[in-house]
Parts: sequence; structure tokens; C-alpha cells
Amino acid sequence: MFNLLSPVRGGVHPASHKDRSSALTIATAPLPERLYLPLRQHAGADALPVVRLGDKVLKGQLIAAAASEVSAPVHASSSGRVVAIGPVTAPHPSGLAANGIVIECDGDDRWIDVDLPSDPFSQEPMALADRVAQAGIVGLGGAIFPAAVKLKQGARHEIKTVLLNGSECEPYLTTDDRLMRERAEQIVDGARLIQHILRAYRIVIAIEDNKPEAIAAMRAASEPYGAIEVEVVPALYPMGSAKQLIQEITGREVPAEGRSTSVGVLVHNVGTVFAIQQALRYGRPLISRVVTVAGGCVARPRNVETRVGVPVQNLLDFCGGLTEVPAQLLMGGPMMGMVLPNAQVPIIKGATGVLALNRHEVPRDDASPCIRCARCVEACPMGLMPLEMAAHARADSFDGADDYGLKDCILCGSCAYVCPSHIPLVHYFQYAMGEQDARRSAEKKNDYTRQLMEQRQLRLEQEEAARAAAKAKKRKPTATTTEAAP
Amino acid sequence: MSHQPASAPHAHDRSSVSRIMLHVCLALTPCTAFGIYIFGWPALFLWLTTCVTAVAIEALCLRVGGQPLRRLLDGSALLTGWLIALSIPPWAPWWIGAGGALFAISIGKHLYGGIGQNLFNPAMLARIALLIAFPVQMTSWALPLPIGSEQAPGFAEALAISFGGAPVADSFTGATALGHLRTSFTLHQDARDVLAQDFSLIEAVVGRTAGSLGETSELLVLLGGLWLLALRIISWEVPVAMLLGVALPSLLANLVAPEHYAGPLFHLSSGGLLLGALFIATDPVTSPAGRSAKLVFGAGCGLVIFIIRNWGTFPEAVGFAVLFMNALTPLLDRYLRPRVYGRLPGGKPLQAASPTARVKQPGKT
Repeated sequence: MFNLLSPVRGGVHPASHKDRSSALTIATAPLPERLYLPLRQHAGADALPVVRLGDKVLKGQLIAAAASEVSAPVHASSSGRVVAIGPVTAPHPSGLAANGIVIECDGDDRWIDVDLPSDPFSQEPMALADRVAQAGIVGLGGAIFPAAVKLKQGARHEIKTVLLNGSECEPYLTTDDRLMRERAEQIVDGARLIQHILRAYRIVIAIEDNKPEAIAAMRAASEPYGAIEVEVVPALYPMGSAKQLIQEITGREVPAEGRSTSVGVLVHNVGTVFAIQQALRYGRPLISRVVTVAGGCVARPRNVETRVGVPVQNLLDFCGGLTEVPAQLLMGGPMMGMVLPNAQVPIIKGATGVLALNRHEVPRDDASPCIRCARCVEACPMGLMPLEMAAHARADSFDGADDYGLKDCILCGSCAYVCPSHIPLVHYFQYAMGEQDARRSAEKKNDYTRQLMEQRQLRLEQEEAARAAAKAKKRKPTATTTEAAP
Repeated sequence: MSHQPASAPHAHDRSSVSRIMLHVCLALTPCTAFGIYIFGWPALFLWLTTCVTAVAIEALCLRVGGQPLRRLLDGSALLTGWLIALSIPPWAPWWIGAGGALFAISIGKHLYGGIGQNLFNPAMLARIALLIAFPVQMTSWALPLPIGSEQAPGFAEALAISFGGAPVADSFTGATALGHLRTSFTLHQDARDVLAQDFSLIEAVVGRTAGSLGETSELLVLLGGLWLLALRIISWEVPVAMLLGVALPSLLANLVAPEHYAGPLFHLSSGGLLLGALFIATDPVTSPAGRSAKLVFGAGCGLVIFIIRNWGTFPEAVGFAVLFMNALTPLLDRYLRPRVYGRLPGGKPLQAASPTARVKQPGKT
């Protein structure tokens, strides 16, 4: 497709379906009876529980600590009692359980005493980044990468631009839109705190042109400060992908296998920035977020601020319940979201939306053979050849798939969106990536085993040599004596 | 019904293969209708026979090959039959059309594994096979005799021409413009004289000339093609490169030696070039996927057409050119890929710019 004005290649224009949920203000979901908090709500290692069964916990209390550098802690999102530590239904299409902590709410919703930090701008950047890490903040746009890890990496590089991602290109989702309209000042404050941590030169807030109210609100909020620009970007999926947004704003491409920091940019979603501001200004850990509840089956679609750990069913009920049995229940947007096995799945930190789509909204045609029309090639924002990648993945030729671009694929789904043969391209890519991962870890394991073997062999040889040397030493004096004897 | 994996995206632009094929058929309708009007009932019979045979053979092949019969609905067989009908002489006997369709669908398509698997464009494969096997029938071009005109064959007469094997009087047939020019060259005539006498650009563009259904009205072919371009069903790269691939060399040759070479306008308005550029070379299955590969593919088609038309034995070359470039498609797809984001054209990652690689002193403001 032609994008004469934009450096971003490809992309698609799915129907936005944003009007209904963006018209209403953010509502607050009621307290549930129980909260289900999975230990992995972030990219990286599972958090480790630090509470015991039966423990009383307060709102905001640490219940599971970060297990490693790339991980994030989990906090109680209301006060109550720990009633289970073990499997909870995880947000995964399989419906399999993952480890988590279940809290029975006492209804008091009592905060733990938070030490109110003094003026964060007077503090050391690294101390602030640590506070962000302790607050358990992850990328709230759906990428769920620990925010503090990004900040710390960024602090080691020269960051020219802190890029606030308010593009929200996924259909149906309006959380960032509403957040920018209603909490613009906090977001700008958060952005300035990030700028302080990174010592960045400027802040750019990128918003798609289909959100005029959010653009106006952010412009007004950033007015008093210098070096903050609100940039309007064209509504195009996947503009919200960091790589494409950087390309649009700076005109530069992030080198393959590199990070955005290598082009002097750090991208944070506006929701994440809000969470960072809350953590640094008020000491509040990430225990709630705004979720868009929408879709043709939802009676009253709107944005809801909800605690993490609330079952999806509660949110659906809060929005007037379902008008019909949904053809597909999703967490996230329709382009990259995840199928939910049922409505008992809890909201996690990365849940941008809960969509109950009816069968008219979910086109499910059977796949037919590829006719090589190359629409996927035109739609790919990364310049890959999805048709060849899928053909290779299908034949288990994973190196071939890599050769045609699998390792650069961002799984945005633009290719599958336009495929007239309805081939589940992303499914093939995920399969191939999984297999490649498994192969790599098997290789790593093999290497490690071989290394151990070699080390053992070396050790044995050294021991052998040492023994021989010792023997020779022992024998030598006798030999000299025998020689000397006659 | 096969099981659908539940992976994203859960949205679709509602396009489908059958819609694409249907749109292409619709785009062909104006020039087909005009061609049938110009060449009368026999043309209609031949078109019908070819299309029906193609669909019937497709059904048979799907059944034999154990493929789901609903693939018949994708419309690709109809389109193949349609394109064959457009590229053969309109007064040819029924078995030319039916035989072409049989060859195209069974050998040209299903022997390779069915839709999406064939290396060569089935319609062009059939046309070339017919041309080589039945040179007489394939080069007897009826003169335009619009339905209702004085000499036009009536319904019964037409039935006899198409199905009865009735001989067509020589007075009803003529050479195509390209054929005429070729014959004249063998008589050592000057191209300028030949064209000045016998070639009228207006007639050629409007389509009141001898030729196949798809060769006559360049205007209506162009119209259909532009519509497909506007709908983004075909992309501009192949047609533009192909037309330029013919026009530029012929312009050059015409400037250097006008007595031997006809100019670009003659070439663009003659034969099946426009049909080939807009409807045949753009066949998704047999053309490359990347933009640069498409440009090379189109330019290659054009160049081969220019070479064969001017220096080859056959007066028309679209079929040969397309088949030749079809054979190169896998190669083009392999070596002329789009540049990947964040990588150089060769596939190496872009270099990170130097100032950002500078590591900050931690703790120093």
C-alpha cells in the first residue's frame, strides 16, 4: 500500500470500533470477593511468593518478589487474607493453570503504609528506577516488559527522545485514549520523571490522528513545560509497535537485533507512564489499570479501572453483562490479543482490554491454499515475505522461515488480516518461533553437557598427569640413587 | 470444516480468493461483451464452451485429487477458461476452446497440485500448446462482423461454425495487425508504408480489428485493468514495467530504423499486450511477490515480447513472454526480496549510529 507521507511501510486499516467505549469516562470496578494474582504477569522469570497461606495482607503489600533482574514483583491489589498459593486459571488459550496467589478480600480495601517519597526530581535517577522496579511496573501496552529494566538500560545510553506511545492502534481499545483525556497532567508529570531518570533531551508524545480530544488534552497539559512535543501520527495499524513508531517519529529504523536505545529513543506506553508517575509521586505499586471492556456482545462497553486479579466475568457483569454468547472472548485487542478459555481468567497487568466479540466480528473462514497474491508482503510493516515464511514453517523448515524474515517478525498480524485465503499466518509463525526456541535451548543444553564432559575429561587427564608426575618424582630419586650406587 | 487455530488476529478485511477472481471476471466483462458483439454468435459459443469446460474439468480434477469440491467456488477455473477464450480466435471450432481448457486445468494447474501451486500461467500454457498443435485453427482470425450486420452469421450458421465444423469462407478471415506486418516484412516492405496503409490507431484502440476477443478493444481492456488497479486487486508494478518494457525498446528501434521497426503506439495497441500486461502477467500465482521482483518480471515480459515480435518467427509473443518469465519467478522471489526493516538490502543489520553508542558515566549528570 502507498504511504507517501509516512516512512512506515505496509500496515493495514482495520475498522476501529472505538466510538462506544471512548465516549464514556473511566469507571471504577467494584471490589471482587476474591483476587487471583498469577506470579507471572510480565516478561521474564516468575515472581517468588513471600506470603504464607492464611496471612493477612494489606492493599499494596508485596506478596511475591522479583526473582531476577528481568522480572517484576506482585502486590496485593486489596486487603484480605491469602487463601491459596497454587494454580490459578492463567490467561492463555489452553486454559491451563499457572501458579498464583488467591486473596479473599475483607472489603476494607485498606492501604499498607506507604512512605511518601520526597520530591522525586531531587533524587538520584537510579534510585527512582529502583522504585519503579519495586512497584512492579511492566509495559502496560501489552508487551509486559518490566519498565525498570528498560529505564536502567536506557540510563546507560544517550537517550535523545523519550517517546510516549499513545497511538493505540488496536481496534476497540480506548484505554490510552481515555487515560490521556482524563489524566493528561499525571502522564506529562510521569514523562518528565522518566526524562529525569534518563537525562533525555526531549519528550515526544505520539498520538494517532483519530483521537483529537486526547491530542488536545495532552497539548494543554504539556504547555507549561519545554521540550515536550505532541506529535500526531496517522492512524495505521501497527503504529503502536515501538519500531514503527520510532520510524514514524524519528525517520530512523532500529537496527535488526538491536534495541530502540541504539537510535537514542526509549518508548513507553502512556499507561505505563501514568503508573510510573503514581509509583514515584505517591509510592503506589501497580495494582490496578484501565481496561477497555467492549465488543458486540457487551451491553455497555466502556473503560473500567480495575484491580489486577479481578476475574474477567466481574468486569463483563459491571458493563451490563453479555447480550449473547460471544463467538470469541479475548484479552487485548483483536489484532494481537489472546483467546480466553473462559471468563474466570483474572485481569493481569498487561490486559489492555476484554473483548466479547460476536460471530459477525470474528471472521472465521476456513483456510484455502495460498494464491501468492503478495498482499501479505505489501501489508508487512517489517518488509518480510509472510507467504514464504508460512510455507517454510508449514514444512518444518525453520531455517528457511528464518531466512525469509521470521526472526524479524513482530507478530502484528497485518499479513493474516489481509490474506484472502484466510491462512492463519501468525499461527504458523508462532509455531515456528516456538520450535526454534526449543531447538535453541536444546542446543544450549547439549553445549553445556558437552562442556561439562570436556571439563571432566580435562580434569581426569590433569589428575592422571599429576599422578604420573608424582610417580615420576617419587621414582626419580630412587633412580638417581640406583644410578649413583655403582 | 477444518479446525481453526485460535491465534490472532481475530479480525479480517473480508477479502477472499473468490472475491478476487470474481472481480477479475467482472473487469473482463466489458471487453468480452464488446468482442462478442463484434464477432457475433460463434464468439459467444466458443466463450461459453471454454468456460463451462474449464469449470467441469476443475470439478473432475478436484474430485480425483481428493481436494474439497468447494474450491470450485473460488472462481479460478472460470477465470482460466475465460482468459483462454479471450486469447484464441473467436471463430475457432469448439474443440479448440474445450481442448485448451482441458489442457490448462488438468495439466497446467492440477498436475502441479492445484490452485496456487502451478509454475506457469495455465491459460497461456494452453494457448501456446494450441498454437503449436493446431497452427491453422489458431491463426484463422475472423474479421469483425458485428451481430446484426449484413454478412454476420445467423444463430444457426454460427452453430455450424462453432460446433459443426463448417468451413469459414476466406473472405471472412484476415490477418491481425501484427501478423500482417510480419508477412509484409517477409516481402521486404517498409514498415512505414505497411502501417500507413493498413493500420489505424483509432480502430485498434476501439477494437474494430481482427484478433481474439481480448485483443480487440484495447480501450475496454484498459478500463477493466484500471478498475482492478483502483481496487488494489492487481498492483501497478507488473503492468507498468511490462508496457514500458515494450514501449521503450520499440521507441528506440523505431527512431533508429523506422523502416524495420514499428513504433511504440503500434505495439501497445496491437495484439494481446494490454490484456497480457493487466490480466495475465499479473496472475498472482505465477508472478513474483516483492516489488522489485515484480518490476523485473514485468520488464522482462515486455522485453521478450519486443524481441519475439521483431526478430522471432511468431507474430505475437505475449504467451511466450509470460511463460518465459514465469519460469524465472521462483528465482526472482528468492533473490529480489523487499528490504527488511532495520537491515541493509543484503540482510545485514543496520549499524547503530555512533553518538548513541557512547556509554554514559553512571551517576554523573
